[in-house]
Amino acid sequence: MAFAIETRGVTKQYVEGEASTLALAGIDLTVSRGEVVLLMGPSGSGKTTLLSIMGCILRPTAGQVILEGHDVTAMSEKDLPAMRLKHIGFVFQGFNLFPTLSVGENVELSLSLKGVRGREAKKEAHRLLDLVGIEHKYKAFPADISGGQKQRVAIARAVAGSPVAILADEPTAALDSHTGKAVIGMMARLAHIENRAVVIVTHDGRLAEFADRIVWMEDGVLAKVPHTATDNLHLHPVEPSAETQLGI
Amino acid sequence: MPPLARRNLFHDRVRLAVTLTGIAFSVVLMVVQWGLFQGFSTSTTSIIDHSGADIWIAAKDTAYLEQAVPFNERKYYQVLATPGVGSAVKYIVRWSMWKQPGGRAESVAIVGCDPDVAIGGPFNLVAGDKQQLKQPNAIIVDRIYTDKLDVHKLGDMVEINGYRAKVVGFTDGIRAFTTSPYVFTTFKRAQDYTVIDSDHLNFVLVKAAPGVDIKKLQADLKARLPDNEVFTTAEFSDMTRHYWMFTTGAGIAVLMAAALGLIVGIAVVAQTIYATTMDHIREYGTLKAMGAPNSYVLGVIMQQAAIAAVLGYIIGMTISVIVVHGASQSGANIILNVQTAVELFFLTVAMCATAAVVSVKKILSLDPAMVFRE
Repeated sequence: MAFAIETRGVTKQYVEGEASTLALAGIDLTVSRGEVVLLMGPSGSGKTTLLSIMGCILRPTAGQVILEGHDVTAMSEKDLPAMRLKHIGFVFQGFNLFPTLSVGENVELSLSLKGVRGREAKKEAHRLLDLVGIEHKYKAFPADISGGQKQRVAIARAVAGSPVAILADEPTAALDSHTGKAVIGMMARLAHIENRAVVIVTHDGRLAEFADRIVWMEDGVLAKVPHTATDNLHLHPVEPSAETQLGI
Repeated sequence: MPPLARRNLFHDRVRLAVTLTGIAFSVVLMVVQWGLFQGFSTSTTSIIDHSGADIWIAAKDTAYLEQAVPFNERKYYQVLATPGVGSAVKYIVRWSMWKQPGGRAESVAIVGCDPDVAIGGPFNLVAGDKQQLKQPNAIIVDRIYTDKLDVHKLGDMVEINGYRAKVVGFTDGIRAFTTSPYVFTTFKRAQDYTVIDSDHLNFVLVKAAPGVDIKKLQADLKARLPDNEVFTTAEFSDMTRHYWMFTTGAGIAVLMAAALGLIVGIAVVAQTIYATTMDHIREYGTLKAMGAPNSYVLGVIMQQAAIAAVLGYIIGMTISVIVVHGASQSGANIILNVQTAVELFFLTVAMCATAAVVSVKKILSLDPAMVFRE
């Protein structure tokens, strides 16, 4: 089976002068289309580093990243932006919308970078914004909408152009719990309806109910999901199990 | 494609106003300084350029118009005897002292010519006729200098080097580069005004006969007059212009001011475009993270620079036209023509593109991973 994203023995070491920090140590992880994976763990455990590597923004020190069957670690630096553009959609903690563009234009920009322009881009932008329930704000500017609405726009922008994977970094951190759950629920639905692989880095255990799988990280390695992190969760569904994934 | 560059530029109106003010100021500075340079440059050689002569013969080692020293008029007859010479005229350009009706003295440059010959006479006449120079004591001056010389109408009387002089005509726009206005009179009278012996002259102006090669005639005259300088009009014009504009340093000063305008423009635009880029740095990081190629991101910055250049140029050129018009009313000679305007447009665009380079370098080194750092 071809995975949407696969990491094989991914290691990342930061060297500064004589000091070096091992951020990731041999991570093996696969994410399939239509699957929602929560990447959890304490601060500094390497979640965002792993997400950056999966998103072809950062290069691993060792190991392989396979994206839709392409070994991106073998690619040159100048080929990576095209891979990101074609296969990855990002959702950021701070939304990262373009404040001088309207809601619709934010989505249109993403589409136009992928070669969809003019009327076709407008039509698709309307469709995507309708999908996330914010089509009526098409002409509004980011400054004029709420945080939850901004994140919906960011999601619409991320799924524009049908990337194979959506990578989200703390997408609910700037939202209240109710809005956060609504946003993640929406991402989960998109993953299932549109058959996208979704990886979400989060500290928020309450989001586990939307995950197909939880991957726990500690000190740069995958670890067993601790009971303290899941005791209060209503995991639904929580498999395929982290243990299987981790081989423990 | 959503107009990201335009929106980013117009988003902060105050910053946009500062940017456009900087560019417009730079354009005005360049127009005025370059126009002054051209005006100065033109005025240094207007007498030569409008002489109608093909060749100028002067004393040995003459480097510019006003420097010429007298030489014997025997040379004039040698010139006339040279094959290929259509006509020749004895000519004087030399400083003298003008005394206003009220008694105040002013330095002037006397131009002695032959009113009956088509070369070397006054031009752009707006009152009187050059034939009237044949009247006793007759002179023609430019109306730009009527206040300076304190003559305001035809028939006004003054004194030049102790001789009476009567204004019989006015020219328009014959500016002197120095503070000494040109005063046209006959050759004989000019000898008196400038204290040149009656058998001496400053220049011989030559008009070649039809069909004669000017360079060959110049060579023939050089061979016949080894103790004189023989210049084509273009050569003498270039030498005189070069002397006044560069040897004296006057032109350098004006050119430096024009260059300063360019540097100020680059600095202002660079600063504002860099500040705008830094304001939107996270958005550029987001674009790079999304996979936008560098060419697209750089295109956004260059578009901002280009839009700013065009708008700044339009504002600057509008102000410049008003300034140049106002300056011409007050006697300053600032030349602004279509060619200069077109050249300045491209210079302004180049200036803004150069200014954007700093921002471009910043963007090229931008790490897209910054989007994950809050």
